[in-house]
Amino acid sequence: MITIITNTNINTGTEAGERADGRASNELRPLKIEAGVLKRADGSAYLELGGNKILVAVYGPRELHVRRIMQPNRAVLRCRYNMAPFSVDDRKRPGPDRRSVEISKITSEALTPVVFLEKFPRSTIDVFIEILQADGGTRCAGITAASVALADAGVPMKDMIVSCAAGKANEKIVLDLSEWEDKEGEADVPIAMMPRTGEITLLQSDGNLTPEEFEKALDLAVEGCKKISEEQKKAIIARYGD
Amino acid sequence: MVIKMVTIIPEIIKESIFNIVKNGERTDGRAFDEYREISLEIGFINKAEGSARVKIGNTQIVVGAKPQIGTPFPDTPNVGVLMTNSELLPMASPTFESGPPDDRSVELSRVTDRCMRESKVIDLEKLAIIPGEKVWMIFLDLHIIDYDGNLFDAAVLGSMAALMNTHIPETSCEGDEVVIDYEKMIPLPIQDKALMCTFAKIGGEIVIDPSLEEEDVLDARISIGMKEDGTICAMQKGGSKPITKDDVMKAINISKDKTKELMEHLK
Repeated sequence: MITIITNTNINTGTEAGERADGRASNELRPLKIEAGVLKRADGSAYLELGGNKILVAVYGPRELHVRRIMQPNRAVLRCRYNMAPFSVDDRKRPGPDRRSVEISKITSEALTPVVFLEKFPRSTIDVFIEILQADGGTRCAGITAASVALADAGVPMKDMIVSCAAGKANEKIVLDLSEWEDKEGEADVPIAMMPRTGEITLLQSDGNLTPEEFEKALDLAVEGCKKISEEQKKAIIARYGD
Repeated sequence: MVIKMVTIIPEIIKESIFNIVKNGERTDGRAFDEYREISLEIGFINKAEGSARVKIGNTQIVVGAKPQIGTPFPDTPNVGVLMTNSELLPMASPTFESGPPDDRSVELSRVTDRCMRESKVIDLEKLAIIPGEKVWMIFLDLHIIDYDGNLFDAAVLGSMAALMNTHIPETSCEGDEVVIDYEKMIPLPIQDKALMCTFAKIGGEIVIDPSLEEEDVLDARISIGMKEDGTICAMQKGGSKPITKDDVMKAINISKDKTKELMEHLK
């Protein structure tokens, strides 16, 4: 017979409408972005958002060895989203699972619209997203960091994609869900967008929302994206100057 | 499908690195027995029960340790288990591919594991929860994020630091009931320390901590795992050319001092 005493030291914000970590409904967690953190990669970025710690490396444009996905008139943008085994509470088995395969696919589709792929026929641009520590909203944080790494690699783009989630937790529409809000909350709406035009390049929704609530969440996520976009620009300026 | 990219080192670069070594120097200006700059950040990942980020020059590894309750191996029913696993991430080098661990990755994790296990760094007998039934299994995961040569020494240093940083829940027996208390975390039973020094044989000379440039042209490689008291706990020879007994003894001699130097980072 084994009894397990779990750590119960988590504030769950029981007051209706209040957030567990005391944030305002439109408030992001503390954010830090740094460009050019790896030596070997052509471009790289490190991002912290709350407890998320994410590292992205970009290689390319470079020769593509897999002929069957080669495009004669443009490059392909390949993304690999991967979680470190120690990034979550219960160790994750190494290697891709269904979740990370899906996130890799939508990440690639979120970034593709802004990259001038037609300049590099028959080649590949590879984006490697490593989740070193996960704390809710890793896919969005990964996309945001990937944009900075692409810019750091000097890949020509017409805009810098930015990503953020909003959702419903504790009966309220809130920005940038924490891990707990994501697990226990009612709904999660991650988006990615082009900040210059407002066009959306990634949209998912997981959970129950009325159309009115959805619109509110979407507007809030766009607002969050705009704030994060400023931090992305600052990271590039910090590395390369104005 | 895994297509290996082969690094082609033009003979001319190889010759120039050899000549520099023959003149008693190295391409980056280091002495033969000098490490690149080392930095160690302990407790880098809060979600892991133990962690470290280690840098040797531009080589960078994140190590995380996670304890799990598991069933012991039938031949050692009363001792805990240490499992070491490494991922040579495609982000770390253009020559690393995604997919199942390749031979380089398996060698790295096995050599690191041997160095930690044979030196009995952890008192595994203290990791038994219910002898013969339940034990702690410590998963040590090496995440290689930037590759600029000498992964072995970085992996062992990072692993040692992560294990020394690891805390597991306290377990207590009340009658035939076992209580595992995640609110009371205790340090792993560490009883010794071991580190590794790797050398490259280039142009007849033995140099410590080979950079990527040196690894690409080396004739042979020798790694010495050594405990705090100077006992050798693991060794691994690599590279496609032979080495002599003299080379090995010389490497062991240098390791005695260098292991002490590396130990300073663990304090």
